Amino acid sequence: MDETTQAIVKTFQERFGAQTDEFRGEVSLILPPAHIQAACQALRDEFEFNLLSEETAVDYWGETSFGRNDSSSEQSPRFHVVYRIRSLPRNQIIGLRVPLDGNAPVMPSITSIYANADWFERELWDMFGIRFEGHPDLRRIVMPYDWVGHPLRKDYPLGYEEVQFSFNFDEIDERKPYAQE
Amino acid sequence: MDTNIEMNLTPVSLDEIKHLISERAIQGETVLLNMGPQHPSTHGVLRLLLELDGETVVNCVPDVGFLHTGIEKNMEAKTYVQAEVMSDRLDYLNNVGNNLAYCLAVEKLVELDAPPRAQAIRVILTELQRISSHLVWLGTHALDMGAMSLFLYCFREREMILDILELVSGQRMMTTYIRPGGLWRDTPVEFEAAVRNFIKTFPGRVDEYERLLTKNPILLRRTQGIGILKPDVALQYGVTGPMLRASGVAHDLRKAQPYSGYEQYDFEVPTQTGCDTYARYLVRMEEMRQSLRIVEQALNKLPLGPVRSNNRKFIPPPRSELGTSMEALIHHFKLWTEGFTPPKGSVYSAVESPRGELGVYLESDGSPKPYRIHWRTPSFTNMQVLPIMAKGHLVADLVLIIGTVDIVLGDVDR
Amino acid sequence: MGIEQKLGNLGIVTLKLEEVINWSRTNAMWPMLFGLACCAIEMMSAQASNYDMSRFGMELMRASPRQSDLMIVAGRVTRKMSPILRRLYDQMPDPKWVISMGDCASCGGVFNNYAIVQGVDEVVPVDVYVAGCPPRPEALIHGIVTLYEKVKSERMKDWA
Repeated sequence: MDETTQAIVKTFQERFGAQTDEFRGEVSLILPPAHIQAACQALRDEFEFNLLSEETAVDYWGETSFGRNDSSSEQSPRFHVVYRIRSLPRNQIIGLRVPLDGNAPVMPSITSIYANADWFERELWDMFGIRFEGHPDLRRIVMPYDWVGHPLRKDYPLGYEEVQFSFNFDEIDERKPYAQE
Repeated sequence: MDTNIEMNLTPVSLDEIKHLISERAIQGETVLLNMGPQHPSTHGVLRLLLELDGETVVNCVPDVGFLHTGIEKNMEAKTYVQAEVMSDRLDYLNNVGNNLAYCLAVEKLVELDAPPRAQAIRVILTELQRISSHLVWLGTHALDMGAMSLFLYCFREREMILDILELVSGQRMMTTYIRPGGLWRDTPVEFEAAVRNFIKTFPGRVDEYERLLTKNPILLRRTQGIGILKPDVALQYGVTGPMLRASGVAHDLRKAQPYSGYEQYDFEVPTQTGCDTYARYLVRMEEMRQSLRIVEQALNKLPLGPVRSNNRKFIPPPRSELGTSMEALIHHFKLWTEGFTPPKGSVYSAVESPRGELGVYLESDGSPKPYRIHWRTPSFTNMQVLPIMAKGHLVADLVLIIGTVDIVLGDVDR
Repeated sequence: MGIEQKLGNLGIVTLKLEEVINWSRTNAMWPMLFGLACCAIEMMSAQASNYDMSRFGMELMRASPRQSDLMIVAGRVTRKMSPILRRLYDQMPDPKWVISMGDCASCGGVFNNYAIVQGVDEVVPVDVYVAGCPPRPEALIHGIVTLYEKVKSERMKDWA
């Protein structure tokens, strides 16, 4: 970690109680959701991080057969919202990670600080069901308007349809809804 | 006035979209028009809800999602090498670039290095793909303005590039030639001659297009002053790529955070301060020339050597070794049945696509399938400035503004 | 056949009415601009000068469904797009044909998930399927020529 990143990490640890995680040369700060707006404001105004590259989420539901041990999967929060913010003058990128509890989480929106969080957060609402307070227009963006469910959650099925090979050609032919004229 | 506005064939009441349109629409002064998913000028399945005062656009609400393919969720069900096949189909004008973004993310996750020859060939193919993407942009942009013959000229050049890609990988568009750890296989002997032939003929063609268009009074009248995007608004909205560079901010990921050996090549990043459609046109034309410069330098410096990394934990061995070496057989078996298992953790790796910053957020939980992959696509972010750029312009200008953002709907909807 | 064999080169040809109608339908079939995704780029390449499609009568692509006879569904059709596809098909006047171009339109292609319609024949009746991901322009032209052969073998009462 170089000096400026260390300064940022120190400030965040003091002000917001953030923890750090470093992997493959990238620094991530883990914050509680209540502080996210103040943290982004500080990043933009004090440390010249002026471009929001990415805002996405990860769903840690259920156990995977590799890795996660039992105790951590019961206690750990289900959703983590991940931000990546770039600083063009300093040529750096920093990551933020916000763990959220529960199946219908709510967190503050950062649209007032970075305007392109608008569509990112709409996509998170659509795909994960994470509600953002203070968002001007929270509607579904990529799925149809009347879709039920949040597709990128781990408990949502993939929607895999059985492939029609020659051995099951006729069976699938009968139940496939072909269009009429 | 009929207050039952039809969106997607299920009538949506006026209350649900009231916050998006101005008061005048509800009074009946302005017209709400649907520029629907099937339209010759929207460059794909984009739906715009326009609020028009006569012919002037008062507000424009984009409605995306008509090409949402669920690629992110589908990639979670496949192993790392199988998932790469889907990455070509995201931004379908920049297939090689998508593969490169994905492979760089996987290589960063598992700390694998591609050999120098592979890196140089990756650079050559990515820059050729950038030229072909800009050619499609130029052809369709000119078609929107009425210069229909330029469309045919641009596709003629594009055929030369697609022939090179077909020579190398067998496929014109969805090549999946760039794999984690290097390339699929080495290039054939005719590759260098084909690329040199392209380098010889292309600058003359670009000069031809510039002679036709750059000082053309019709182009100047139609593009100057249209679609102004000030640099502070652009940074607020996270716009990257030629749109940002035409507003004066010289930010290019190939120079700022070089990847795959870009620091060895000498090229300029074209920047303009005009902030309008004409500036973006100039930036993209110059980018084509600079890309050709990079291709020439990379081809001159092309080192000899292997094109795949030796790390047998991630790269399958060549088939000739399978008969003689037991370890090779075991590695081959494990890699092709189960796939390689990266360590737990998450990475973000970004490349410069012809549209802007294309980033991949890849998280692994130690299993052979990606746990979460998110594509930070440039067109999704760049589309958000469309309503700001279109306010106050005519509908005919709106068509050009959509063209100048250079959106690819596969990129927007994923 | 007929009079011209007996009377020589008078500039007259005799044919069945069905053959004339089918011939005229194939020689100037106008496709509707329905490019959705990657296959649309290959369709544009097929329209361009290297693999010219205007040799087959498809000089221009009509944007309006009311003015076209052929719908080439090029690209993946999502669940959000499928009612619009059906509506456009209904707006086309008879006689109309559909070519499903590419793997995603024919059978769902690489994508077998919640968002993509597994085969556009669930939405509109398809005449010719063209395989490929994306199909080469030559494959698309082969599909069009196959469609022409199908049209030439149609009876008048199919569309009456």
